[in-house]
Amino acid sequence: MAEVLLPRKMEIAKDPSKFGSPHLLHVLAVDDSHVDRKFIERLLRVSSCKVTVVDSATRALQYLGLDVKDKSVGFEDLKVNLIMTDYSMPGMTGYELLKKIKESSAFRDIPVVVMSSENILPRIDRCLEEGAEDFLLKPVKLSDVRRLRDSLMKVEDLSFTKSVKKRELETENVYSLDSSVHSQLKRAKI
Amino acid sequence: MQRQVALIKQSLFDQGYLDDQFMELEELQDDANPNFVEEVATLYFKDSARLINNIDQALERGSFDFSRLDSYMHQFKGSSTSIGASKVKTECTTFREYCRVGNAEGCLRTFQQLKKEHATWQDRRGLGRQHVGPSKERDK
Repeated sequence: MAEVLLPRKMEIAKDPSKFGSPHLLHVLAVDDSHVDRKFIERLLRVSSCKVTVVDSATRALQYLGLDVKDKSVGFEDLKVNLIMTDYSMPGMTGYELLKKIKESSAFRDIPVVVMSSENILPRIDRCLEEGAEDFLLKPVKLSDVRRLRDSLMKVEDLSFTKSVKKRELETENVYSLDSSVHSQLKRAKI
Repeated sequence: MQRQVALIKQSLFDQGYLDDQFMELEELQDDANPNFVEEVATLYFKDSARLINNIDQALERGSFDFSRLDSYMHQFKGSSTSIGASKVKTECTTFREYCRVGNAEGCLRTFQQLKKEHATWQDRRGLGRQHVGPSKERDK
């Protein structure tokens, strides 16, 4: 059992872009265009991300559990690492979705990237001022997605490393089995 | 045969019928997802058929609701951009500009041109795709 853990951890150390399944970035993509949904989904999968795609801002809020009035808490167990939303959508726009997310206590720290086919500076400014992580011009490129993924992976990697260290310290003197497991983790880090 | 296809494809690029975006789509296709380009194109044609129909009806009615027409065109432009149909995208932009200044005549003219470009892109798509694995028989 302990031996099986070691090779997997070694792989992660070698190639930081290929995390084991608990560490895949989960991206929620929002776009009313069917073509664009298919396209962004593919871009994200090719970049080794887990993807959830929805066709409207309303559905995005439903997914996050923020659709109920006056509920700023949402589904706290839901692990979404990045939200990518189209700007121009019927009903609620991507900008309005961005605001709702930033107003919620559960999801305000999730980076939100806005996508648009129109290069309108005031629009870009407004989104960035509202807390958007980035603003991408459509068509989105694979290089854009990879760049986002890499910068987010660094953040996730840092927090993962921190939580591993924390667990090591906590379990060091408790169980002998755990200490053999965590010493394998130590070796894998190199 | 490969060279013929490559030459045809090059000519399509040179004439502006395909663009870098289409190449990006092809690069996203692989052995595990061999039909990706075809699937996206199918979605595009479903979308565009619907939009063309809506716009046709709106124009035939004679009532020029420019903001609604602009909204249709925005969608059309978006998906044409994502699929790499650059000439169609150009016509969409032109149409929207006519909408902005309320020029009905310009809209009508541009829409005819747009439909032509779209039909050409649809016909040529078959040629452009041949090198991407076995093509299925479709009656489009």
